[in-house]
Amino acid sequence: MNSPKPDAAAAPAATAPRTLYRKLWDSHVIAEVPSGEGEAESRAALIHVDRHLLHECSTHQSFEALRVNERKVHRRETHLAVPDHAVSTSLDRLETIDTGNAAGAQVERLASNVAEFDIPYVPLDDARQGIVHVMGPELGFTLPGTTLACGDSHTSTHGAFGALAFGIGASDCETVLATNAIVQQRADTVKVELSGAMGPFVTAKDVALALIGKYGAGFATGCAVEFTGEAVRAMSMAARMTLCNMAIEAGARIGLVAPDETTIEYLRGLPLAPSPALFAQAADYWRTLPSDPGALYDRTVSLDLDGLAPQVTWGTNPQDAAPVDGTVPAAPVEAEAARQHAKALAYMGLETGMAIEQIGVDVVFIGSCTNGRIEDLRAAADVARGRRVAQGVRALVVPGSMAVRQQAEAEGLDAVFTEAGFEWRMAGCSMCVAMNDDRLGEGQRSASTSNRNFEGRQGRGGRTHLMSPAMAAAAAVTGHVTDVRKLEEVPA
Amino acid sequence: MKPFDTLTSPLLVLRENRIDTDIIYPARFLLLMQREGLGDYFCRDRRIDPDGNAIPNPIDEAKARGAGILVAGREFGCGSSREQAVWTIADFGITCVIAESFGEIFQANCLRNGVLPIVLDAATIDRLLAACGEGEMHVDLVSRTIRAGDETVAFEISDNARERLLKGWDETGMIQSRWGEDITRFEAAQKASQPWLYEALDI
Repeated sequence: MNSPKPDAAAAPAATAPRTLYRKLWDSHVIAEVPSGEGEAESRAALIHVDRHLLHECSTHQSFEALRVNERKVHRRETHLAVPDHAVSTSLDRLETIDTGNAAGAQVERLASNVAEFDIPYVPLDDARQGIVHVMGPELGFTLPGTTLACGDSHTSTHGAFGALAFGIGASDCETVLATNAIVQQRADTVKVELSGAMGPFVTAKDVALALIGKYGAGFATGCAVEFTGEAVRAMSMAARMTLCNMAIEAGARIGLVAPDETTIEYLRGLPLAPSPALFAQAADYWRTLPSDPGALYDRTVSLDLDGLAPQVTWGTNPQDAAPVDGTVPAAPVEAEAARQHAKALAYMGLETGMAIEQIGVDVVFIGSCTNGRIEDLRAAADVARGRRVAQGVRALVVPGSMAVRQQAEAEGLDAVFTEAGFEWRMAGCSMCVAMNDDRLGEGQRSASTSNRNFEGRQGRGGRTHLMSPAMAAAAAVTGHVTDVRKLEEVPA
Repeated sequence: MKPFDTLTSPLLVLRENRIDTDIIYPARFLLLMQREGLGDYFCRDRRIDPDGNAIPNPIDEAKARGAGILVAGREFGCGSSREQAVWTIADFGITCVIAESFGEIFQANCLRNGVLPIVLDAATIDRLLAACGEGEMHVDLVSRTIRAGDETVAFEISDNARERLLKGWDETGMIQSRWGEDITRFEAAQKASQPWLYEALDI
């Protein structure tokens, strides 16, 4: 099936050291797609898709295509659907969903589609509902050694488990539903070496922003990025997910962290993880996945975490990141880059040389598939505890899933937030994507834990500053971007 | 999918870098569930102000000229995986995008919708634009060349992608007919070696 080619450069012999990416790729090739004239080797293959997550906003056309072409779902139990993008995060959303608006209609359409095609479904009123990239891992749907696709670019998140996880379009979703297979080009690999250790209040989010800031938002376009180094091994699964989530913002197709005992212990006992009878066998397989010593990557980049400050974006692209104790940088020399710099500053209403900490905020958003996990809410609550949201600031805390919400309430975090004046909301994508009720108004400025500060991303004319949950909470209580490391201890 | 072979057309030139999918198709329109007629929303916020008034812009000017080829900068279509970004372009009338590089998923989505994505370096694009002026450009997928005025340049596209576009293949149908048995064989082997992937999904 997957016969090695005679050309040694094209396909290393079975004994040659392989990267995690190559192992994942090789183990999922159903058939090679023949190479073309003049191509040294074929990098295209039909690969098997083991897991597929669906949400309400990128799949109605996929189901429609199945219907029109009279196709069946190939294997129902490899799919899992949940509404997240368009859903309201208001506390009374279950009572107000039937108001006939477009978002409610979209959720309703997902429900009828999954019923018609018998796809496993977590409805909005289910205690497990949440953002696909938060809920999938929580349930153990995401597993090391698998391929996982979803009609959402931040599918790279699941690479934190050592899964080959990638975003696809609606047409691809139809193909995956009908065949559990997809034609892909094998990607180049980029090794990201993280050295040193993160200081207090510095998080995976800061690492991701610093990395994209240093190498540019396109530095890994089309590539599979593997994060390596002691700092990654020390990271929790939530932190690894944040890192892989943001890999797409570097243009990467895939973000990866090699599975280890942290991964295995996270998965043990989760509802959809391997049953106890098979778990040990699965874990033994997962332990074979990390890149072999001496495996070759196409490129290597590095970032020293010693002394890294919390990062904040000042422009309209995640690469426009600066340390919180820095200033809005001067224009680059190259003409096109200078033009973009000027355009970004005009949109953001900022000037070169302005201290990052002088940037005032109107809205604070803590949530999203990047930073909506329980650890993120704990970090934000630690800052909010005993403080008050600044006058004139609206601060939303939106758990990434209803399970995160429940856990936070069990720990009393909801009380911390509400006493400080934050809104405590239901789970969903919320203000990250602005296709629900949560959005910025024209010219409003946000401190946001989400992943994109593109023009209009959080609402038309909205201005987004990306940062970590603790930094967003610090901005909420001071009313401007604030170095969370400098906030004084609140007396107990 | 409509096959693509050759196209002769005026241009829409948006030569800036990182025109992301939120610019191409703002997220709030993702609430629309149809895939036809989305051309009105192409770069909507650059064409219509918040009060609903038209903003003078190169996009509508190019539309008036019947532009079917879009020339962009680096990383065109980066960001979200939304296929609406390609549907809006196609419905607007664009069936070929020439850029220095593309967002990964956007480029794949082009191939699924009969839109030819061509990658050329900046200098070659400059040369073509200079030769084309206000005139038409001719794109030939059969010979993998672009002609503008006196300039002719070759472009690269994999045989696989080229064939898909030329034949207007339905990818799902192609996979089923060409590799259906291979998929069955793969899954039998996978079930034997990784049985946990075949446990019931009890949700």
